[in-house]
Amino acid sequence: MPTKVENWKDELYGNEIREHLFEFAEQGWDAIPDDEHDAWFERFKWWGLYHQRKGQESYFMMRIGTPNGVLEPGQLEVVAEVADEFARGPEENPEFGEAYCDWTTRQSIQLHWIKLEDIPAIFEKLESAGLDTQQACGDSWRNIVGCPVAGKDEHEHIDAWPIAEELHETFKGNDDYVNLPRKWKVSVTGCDEGCGQGDINDLAYEPAVKEIDGEEVVGFNIRVGGGLSRKEPRMARDLDVWVPPEQAADIGHGMSALFREYGDRDDRFNARIKFLVDEWGTEKMRDVLQEEFVDFELHSAGEDMRDQYTYNAGNGEHGDHVGVHEQPDGNYYVGLNVLVGRMGVEDTYELADLANEYGSGEVRLTQRQNIIVTDIPESELDAFLDEPLLETYEPDPHPFMRGSIACTGTEFCSLSIVETKNRQVRYARWLKDNVDVPSGVQDFHIHLSGCTASCAQPQIADISLRGMKTRKDGEPVEALDIGLGGGLGENPHFADWIEMRVPADEVPGYIENLLATYEDERAEGQTFREFIAERDEETLQELADPKETDYEDPYMHNTKMTWYPYAEDDDMADSPAPTDGEGKPIAPADD
Amino acid sequence: MTTAVHQLDDGAWISVNDSREVNVSNLWLLAESDVCGCELVDFLAEGFVDVGVDHPNIQAKVAGQCISCGQSGVTDWLTVGRVIDPETGEFSGVELSSVHLPSKSTQRSRG
Repeated sequence: MPTKVENWKDELYGNEIREHLFEFAEQGWDAIPDDEHDAWFERFKWWGLYHQRKGQESYFMMRIGTPNGVLEPGQLEVVAEVADEFARGPEENPEFGEAYCDWTTRQSIQLHWIKLEDIPAIFEKLESAGLDTQQACGDSWRNIVGCPVAGKDEHEHIDAWPIAEELHETFKGNDDYVNLPRKWKVSVTGCDEGCGQGDINDLAYEPAVKEIDGEEVVGFNIRVGGGLSRKEPRMARDLDVWVPPEQAADIGHGMSALFREYGDRDDRFNARIKFLVDEWGTEKMRDVLQEEFVDFELHSAGEDMRDQYTYNAGNGEHGDHVGVHEQPDGNYYVGLNVLVGRMGVEDTYELADLANEYGSGEVRLTQRQNIIVTDIPESELDAFLDEPLLETYEPDPHPFMRGSIACTGTEFCSLSIVETKNRQVRYARWLKDNVDVPSGVQDFHIHLSGCTASCAQPQIADISLRGMKTRKDGEPVEALDIGLGGGLGENPHFADWIEMRVPADEVPGYIENLLATYEDERAEGQTFREFIAERDEETLQELADPKETDYEDPYMHNTKMTWYPYAEDDDMADSPAPTDGEGKPIAPADD
Repeated sequence: MTTAVHQLDDGAWISVNDSREVNVSNLWLLAESDVCGCELVDFLAEGFVDVGVDHPNIQAKVAGQCISCGQSGVTDWLTVGRVIDPETGEFSGVELSSVHLPSKSTQRSRG
């Protein structure tokens, strides 16, 4: 039996949601009938809008999909203007202020505290600058991800940016694919470093060489069924298919049509294509693709470049795109570290100015929540690096600042079990001030995800943190499960979960103990990932113990039960929501 | 009025009459659960896998784990609250600090 969500989608979904959304916006929050809230909020996701969690009724998170993370000249300034004008809530965040932008692990942008009434004006402003929110959430083709410096990378064998653009243009608003059984995440990469993180996507295009008519052609091998959510992480599996660049969209059509027809619409927990790959195996999936969904003969896989992958491979060679790097055209790109991916709006304005002043105005978002300024001439490089803003968003950050990723958390998200972003900021600062970095470690990945949805991609970090609860002195407190040794590269590996239900204020002490043990016991030159990989689970559990330190955690209480974790009066009853278009509380109707 | 119950946001919330009422991430004390062998299960709710109505009770099967022993599992039907005014559909959640008893019996209507 189809789920309720499927029934709502059958009634109305896709592009036509927009006109209803605009009607509601014109009439105000109260215009959405109470008994239709859930159906409309589900549909609004397709236009990039998530209704925020309980206590924040009438406010939305807005996601802007930027394919491959590319923000063309002028677009960052528009994003800052939208955040400045429209993304201010009733309370400020103590770390980030009143308005800010989040750069996400899928190279998108998230803004919070968006009011329904403002959405038409926001859409107009975004769309006039070539930006949009279409299919940024919901059950369809999501934002295309890839190597964030596609077209500007010395390591690429094929420029994947035109392919990402083609897929974006082909599948955004495409009536044939507006209503899939579940989200559909796609990665396209042309470099030999593995920066596209294809292994954790539903559909991955990875560079590969195939001999065609006696000539070696660079195209893409196809992998399917990767993903991290629900304690069921899967690496994308090799479909034994190679396509030339001109057929990339054809495979996109075929694979997403296969998913549309055969994905599970009766159980959303079983709907992602990773479960269909589990059920069928890749051989059957390839056969069905060939027989029912493409009208050309599929090539077998070409020779891939996975043995050269260095991105997040644990060897310290290429963990991210932070730092100064030369482009093939002789200009430079500079990757800036954005701690937990959140940037205050004034800083965002300033960065947009700097990108215009020193580069082409283009910036790019990475899957490590960082931002890259491209196209800086060598003659301008030193002056750019001297800019005061780069003292905050550093091109050469401390390893603990560099490696920190966090999802949205209970600040806004319905799913999260714990507070995340502000906690991870405090973790990174404490670790920087108190813990010796093991010698030779350049960047060290610590990812904090508030729940098993895994938006912070915890399973591919050196240290994986996942939201939990436990009791401390008899009282429920926020806690984290701790995993170790995850990463990508030629031999990707999901972290092994080693310490469970550690009170959140004892996690920094655990990491301190763990890294001291690593420094003491590792073989010469042994990386952290190698050190973890050679030990069995029992040994790993004995490596370190959690402990209290002078680290203070202000978010140990049940932040999910507050209306906003950082408000002085944070009880649900103190929430001003729902509010009207001016942000004023809407009084409950008299009986 | 008819009571409308369903899961929202990938099982993170139970919606009762189009209002998010019960969320994951709370600790529930459960007696006699099949989740694990603990005498009293200190159960972290991580996701609602099924919801239903046994009027006036709102029930759910909940995925999660016992934080005492670490065993994961899905509960039997657990009453998470009641519709206390059938006219308005007003909902009242159960007291989390008390001990709850999941029931194997099937509820009358699925959410």
